[in-house]
Amino acid sequence: MEFFLQQTVNGLTLGSVYALLALGYSMVYGILKLLNFAHGEVYMFGAFAGYGMLTILGGSSALVVPVWLALVLMFLAAILASSAIGVALERFAYRPLRQSTRIAPLISAIGASFFLQAAALLMFTANSRTFNTPQLIAIDSGIPFGPIRVWMVRVLVIVTSFVLMVLLYLWVNRTKTGKAVRAVSFDREAAAMMGIDVDKVIVVVFLIGSALAGIGGVMVGLVFGRIFHIMGFVAGLKAFTAAVLGGIGSIPGAMLGGLMIGLAEAFTTGYISSTFQNLIVFGLLIVVLLIRPSGLLGRPELVKV
Amino acid sequence: MNDQAPLLALKDVNTYYGQIHILQGISMEIKAGELVCLLGGNASGKSTTLKTILGIVTPRSGTVEFQGMDVTSKSTTFRIGHGMAIVPENRRLFAPMTVLENLEMGAYLREDDFSEDLNDVYELFPLLAERKHQLAGTLSGGEQQMVAMGRALMSKPKLLLMDEPSMGLAPVLVEQSFEIIQRVHRAGVSILMVEQNANMALSIADHGYVLATGRIVLAGEAAALAADEGLKKAYLGR
Ligand SMILES: Nc1ncnc2c1ncn2[C@@H]1O[C@H](COP(=O)(O)OP(=O)(O)OP(=O)(O)O)[C@@H](O)[C@H]1O
Ligand SMILES: [Mg+2]
Repeated sequence: MEFFLQQTVNGLTLGSVYALLALGYSMVYGILKLLNFAHGEVYMFGAFAGYGMLTILGGSSALVVPVWLALVLMFLAAILASSAIGVALERFAYRPLRQSTRIAPLISAIGASFFLQAAALLMFTANSRTFNTPQLIAIDSGIPFGPIRVWMVRVLVIVTSFVLMVLLYLWVNRTKTGKAVRAVSFDREAAAMMGIDVDKVIVVVFLIGSALAGIGGVMVGLVFGRIFHIMGFVAGLKAFTAAVLGGIGSIPGAMLGGLMIGLAEAFTTGYISSTFQNLIVFGLLIVVLLIRPSGLLGRPELVKV
Repeated sequence: MNDQAPLLALKDVNTYYGQIHILQGISMEIKAGELVCLLGGNASGKSTTLKTILGIVTPRSGTVEFQGMDVTSKSTTFRIGHGMAIVPENRRLFAPMTVLENLEMGAYLREDDFSEDLNDVYELFPLLAERKHQLAGTLSGGEQQMVAMGRALMSKPKLLLMDEPSMGLAPVLVEQSFEIIQRVHRAGVSILMVEQNANMALSIADHGYVLATGRIVLAGEAAALAADEGLKKAYLGR
C-alpha cells in the first residue's frame, strides 16, 4: 500500500510536469497545426533560468533571501526566459513560413530545436547542474497522505500545476482572448473576418505555452535535482506523446494525457523495471490511438460548415 | 472625414492570387444608406471583391476608400474597427463554440457594453435566444445562417458585406432572409450583397454591379438591371 501510494505520488508529480509541457504542444498544434519541436528546449531553458536565479540568490546552501521568495523569483526567471524564447521562435522560425508548405515550419522547428540545444551547450557546457533542493526545503517536510508523507516540493509541484491548468481552462473558455484562441484555432480566416488580430493571438499562445514549459522546467529541477542541456529532448517527446494521447488540440486532453503518462511511467518503474518504461508509455499511446485515433478527448476533425 | 465622399469606393482595384490576376480594374461605389448587390457567375471574383474590401487580401494596385479614408494598406482589424462587418461565404461559423460565443466573436473589437445589441439580435432571431448555449456546428443550415447574420450585426456595422447569405436555404427561408436583410437595411445599415438569386436581390437593391471574369461589365440602378434581358442571358445564366 505504502509503495503503491509512493508510486502514485511519483506519477502525479511527473505527470503534472508532462501535462504542463503537453499543453504547450497542444495549444500550438491547435492554432498552427504545427508540431513545435523546439518546445522541449524552451522547457530546458526555463530550468536553467531557474537555476541561474537560484545561483544569483546564493545557491541552495547559502540563500540570501527567504525560501518562498527564492522560489517565486526562480519561477519568474523561468517564465521570462522561456516565454521570450517561445515568442522569438514564433517570430523568426515559424511566422515567416506561415504561408508556405506545411512541412517547412516543421523542418524549421527541428532546426530551432538543434540550434537551442547547441546554444545551451555553449552557454552551460555539457555538465549537469543540481538544484540541491533538500537544502532549501527539508526532505522530511511535507504533508501526510495515508501511511506516507509527501515531500513539500512534490505538493508544491502537484498543486501549482493543478491550479495553473484550471486557470488556463477558465481562461480559454471564459475570457475574450481565450475565446479568440479557440476561434483562430478552428478557422483562422473566419477569425480574421471578425476583426481578431490573428498574429497577436498566435503570439499569446506561444507566450502562455512557453511560460508553462518554463515553470515545468523549474519544477523538474526542484523535484529531480539534475538539469542538463539535452533534458528537453526526452521530456518533450513524452509530453508530445501525452498531448497526442489526450487528443492534440484539446486542453483537458493534454492534462489527462500528461497525468496518464506520468502514472504509467511511475508504476512501470516501481513494479516492473525502468527498462520497460518507454515500452509501456509508447505501447499505451499505440493502443489508445488504435481505439480512438483522435486521442482520448480529441474530437474527430470537425467538418467546417 | 468628408461628408460628400461615398461610404465605400473602390478605384481601379487589381487583386491577384499568386500570379493569377483575379480582379482586373474594379471600380465601384456605395453611398451611405444604400443596398447594393454584386452579381456574377461562378468564379467571376465576387468573393474576392468582398475580401479585398475587408482587407483579407490586399490589391496589387488601386485603392479602397472607406468613409473617405484610404484603407488600402490598413489591416482587417482596422477596417472592422471602423465599421465593416461580413457574413462570409459558407457562413464560416465557429462550429465547436456556442451560439453566444459566436455572437461574442462578432463583437470582438468592441470595448463597450454590447448587451443591448445582443438583445436586438435575439429580437431579430428569437430562436437564437433559445439556442444560445448550443454548439454552432450542431445547428441546421437555416439556424446557422441566422448566427452568421447576428454575428456580423454584433459589431454594429456601418457597412455590412454579405456573401451569398441565402445559399443552401430552402425557398421559404430565402424569403425570410431577404426580409431580415431589408429590416437591417431600413435600420440604417448600408449593405453590399453578393447573391445568386439575381432577381430577388435586384428587387430589394438600390444599385447593382455585374462582374464577369474579374471585370465590371454592367452597373446601374437595380430596376434597370432587372429589366435588362441581355444581362440575364449573358451573365446570370437564366
Ligand atoms: N485563395 C485563393 N487562392 C487562389 N485562387 C483563388 C483563391 N480564392 C479564389 N481564387 C480564384 O479566384 C477566382 C475568383 O474566385 P471568387 O471566390 O472570388 O469567385 P466568386 O465570384 O465568389 O465565385 P462563386 O460564385 O463560386 O462563389 C476563382 O477562379 C478562384 O478559383
Ligand atoms: Mg464566392
